[in-house]
Amino acid sequence: MILSSFIFIPLLVGLLLFFVQQQQLVKALSLAASVAVLAVVLYAVYLPAGHASLSYSTSWLGSINSNFALLLDGPAKITTLLTAVSFVLIFLATWNNNYANSSSYYALMLLSMSGLMGVFLSADALLFYFFWELALIPVYFLCSIWGGEKRIAVTFKFFIYTFIGSVLMLIGIIYLYNKTADQSFAWNSFKAVVLTAKEQAYFFWFFFIAFAIKMPVFPFHTWQPDAYETSPTGTTMVLSGVMVKMGLFAVIRWLLPVFPDMSDKMANIIIIFSIIGMLYASLIAMKQDNIKRLIAYSSIAHIGLMSAGLFAGNTVAYNGVLVQMFNHGINIIGLWIVVDIIEQQTGIRKMSELGGLAQQAPRLTIMLVIVALANIALPLTNGFIGEFMMFTGLYQYNPWYAVVAGISIIFAAVYTLGMIQKVFYGELNTAVKVVDLKAMQWLALALIVAMIFVAGVYPKPLLQLGEAAGQVIATTVTK
Amino acid sequence: MNLIIFGGLLGVVMMFGGLLMKQKHQATLLATVLMALLLVLNSWELYHDPVFVVNTKDMLETTRFGLLLNEIMLAAGLIYFLLSGRDIEKVGNHVAEYYALMFFIFAGVGIATSYTNLLMLFLGIEIISIPLYILTAADKRNLKSVEAGLKYFLMGSFSTGIMLMGIALIYGGTGSFLLTKFSILGAPMSYNLVGGMLLVLVAMAFKVSAAPFHFWTPDVYDGAPTVFTSFMATIVKVAALVAFVKLFEGSYSIIEGKWQMVMAIIIALTLLIGNITAVFQQSVKRMLAYSSIAQAGFMLFALFAMNNWGKEGIVLYAAAYSLATIGLFAVLAKMEDYTFNGFNGFSKREPMIAVALTIFLLSLAGIPLTVGFFSKYYMVAAAAATGGKYLWLMILAMLCAAISVYYYFRVIQAMYFKDGEIVSSLPVAPAFRYLLIGVAAIVIFLGVMPQWILQYLYF
Repeated sequence: MILSSFIFIPLLVGLLLFFVQQQQLVKALSLAASVAVLAVVLYAVYLPAGHASLSYSTSWLGSINSNFALLLDGPAKITTLLTAVSFVLIFLATWNNNYANSSSYYALMLLSMSGLMGVFLSADALLFYFFWELALIPVYFLCSIWGGEKRIAVTFKFFIYTFIGSVLMLIGIIYLYNKTADQSFAWNSFKAVVLTAKEQAYFFWFFFIAFAIKMPVFPFHTWQPDAYETSPTGTTMVLSGVMVKMGLFAVIRWLLPVFPDMSDKMANIIIIFSIIGMLYASLIAMKQDNIKRLIAYSSIAHIGLMSAGLFAGNTVAYNGVLVQMFNHGINIIGLWIVVDIIEQQTGIRKMSELGGLAQQAPRLTIMLVIVALANIALPLTNGFIGEFMMFTGLYQYNPWYAVVAGISIIFAAVYTLGMIQKVFYGELNTAVKVVDLKAMQWLALALIVAMIFVAGVYPKPLLQLGEAAGQVIATTVTK
Repeated sequence: MNLIIFGGLLGVVMMFGGLLMKQKHQATLLATVLMALLLVLNSWELYHDPVFVVNTKDMLETTRFGLLLNEIMLAAGLIYFLLSGRDIEKVGNHVAEYYALMFFIFAGVGIATSYTNLLMLFLGIEIISIPLYILTAADKRNLKSVEAGLKYFLMGSFSTGIMLMGIALIYGGTGSFLLTKFSILGAPMSYNLVGGMLLVLVAMAFKVSAAPFHFWTPDVYDGAPTVFTSFMATIVKVAALVAFVKLFEGSYSIIEGKWQMVMAIIIALTLLIGNITAVFQQSVKRMLAYSSIAQAGFMLFALFAMNNWGKEGIVLYAAAYSLATIGLFAVLAKMEDYTFNGFNGFSKREPMIAVALTIFLLSLAGIPLTVGFFSKYYMVAAAAATGGKYLWLMILAMLCAAISVYYYFRVIQAMYFKDGEIVSSLPVAPAFRYLLIGVAAIVIFLGVMPQWILQYLYF
């Protein structure tokens, strides 16, 4: 029942919000809902392993053997925790933003949260597909209604792109369902399914392409910078902080255990593509003048490393990915908060038109520098531990890959520090006026910075959440 | 059985009732009441014996499958009368006659879903078709309507001729009109039988507007008065499809392997032509005409697979497609402008209706949480259950579903993301809005609990 509440609290509050008119009440309710979910998630995450509340199943579609089955294992703990934390941060950081028709905006945000929770929890393939799509629909409306210019075309591209991936996955699910021994959609039956080499070769890609589009891995990333740029910043935070984790998470739960042989065989090519994506995105990020696009490309680079880590096939890399999934989400939301503050107050996104903001907004600058350093994965920040573990794992898989991928660390430093320099230092652009942080934004950034340092200095609790899972994954793939 | 007898009877009642009525909306009221009565009578038969027990001499059989589909079509018909009654009154002066014709069509639907004899199939299809020719041309002062009626009549009678020829050949091959004879004889393949089956297949493909026999559809749907297009595209199409399924249910074993190949080609063509042409339409009405071709492609999966999944899929598809399409056409009939631009800013004009339309469009596109998803799901699952041999067909179907998102979402984009010039609300009663929301709620409910409707197939 605890697990269902992850999904149903945001769902019900979200539906309720459509009918609430006062703007302050809407904001307060959505924040309260996300805090409530966070509380429940924190309680569930620290339940001892094997506790009865960590899985839940009730009959849904009896005749085709599909259940409303939820499961909170290691990876799911990380991602649900990330979702809950992210939404609290997002609602705090955008407290002062005013949206036209705000009740629908917040309602859709909560609905997307509900869909995301469903994706991370479901242990039934059909249910998983259901939530996979459901997380997408609210985001589509959010981007298209409250987004920037060209929003209709951009979000449409995003939607069609991911929808094509999803339908391929649906065929895969249906096919595998027919191959399961007990004709069921349960995760365990899917893991036990026996496929011929040829079938594996087909259906591995059906699943992987759907996930790769969502992550996004090179060459399926083309929807992403446009979508991040045009979406309202609150939604961009959901997209970049949490939704990209859907792809990674789906690989962990639905790809590696179901197609272990094929994952092993195809690891090489996927890692190569991931590394190409890292370098390619980093190079483009260095050339960007638009802050939002810069962060979007930096996100592609980071995700590339995580997807490479997933296929490296050893425990270190898996644990690195699990930790990094959480930390990347926190860091990138921090970056977007800063960008949002700058954009809300100056209306400018181009770095060349900004400059010298440090003199006007010292506190904002300090916060951004910390978040940016975490984004480059400096030791003592939370980004370090995950990246270090992933590079170690990649090195074990093939040293040369680690070397080439390592170049992207240098690139990351170049574009991130370049951004700080152009925006905050240098000559003050006098036409631009920035007021320093407001209370709620300060609170959100302070929380992020606190998490950056805590996880950077003492990452053990976070590692423990995923650790057991990392070993399990590694053994299934290399069995 | 109830549907056949009372459908015809109530049609006559409706016709003579029209003579007594001074005002048009009295006819609508009477028709709605009679429709509800018909629905109750059909539901009665799900649990009890029919009111009149008739010895049909093996010409008809009542099955749960047929009854359930009747039930869905009657429910759709009732919703259609409630939503579109006002628009039917606007078509012309003979309102009671229009309703009477629709009751006759329902009698034909009853035959088409329960026949076991090819002669009965012919009767059923003709009883459905002839009133439709009249309805298509009902707006007799409008040249487009008359042209559509004539076109439909010519093409329709041509296909009927082909069907008759096919039935004659089948009779030559098996010596019987009975569907059961196909399978029991296990039949030595004869040229007569196979040729006959193919001719009947062509005729039925025409009736459900499957490619390459679909050419009449866009013109007829576009030309006919919008209210009747709605009826034609949903209830009639579903009925023809059920008849199609019944026809090949018995004969499947005869031409098994080759049969699937033929069906696969027809499905692939139908899906491709329907979806790709729909992308280029500027008028929502024409887009819906092509979308109905595309959706027929999906429904034909039931014929391709001929298994339980397919039958359950037809039930869900009938509900999903009829509810969504009737809702869309009901609103479209009240619009001033049938192009996509006519829907610009619609969410500000009519927020409630816009929400309902969005749910209908999502359902047609097959997005989860709507019954449209499960209907597509069951169809593809039916194909998958026949083995992996036709994987390409499943992939093609799903990609076509992705294409369909493009044109369905254009309406959503116009409604929500664009600003329109017209700001006045639609001239509809508040009850219309609530009813539409209610239908949308059914679409969502069945999207979460498809079992609720499927359980009636088995108990």
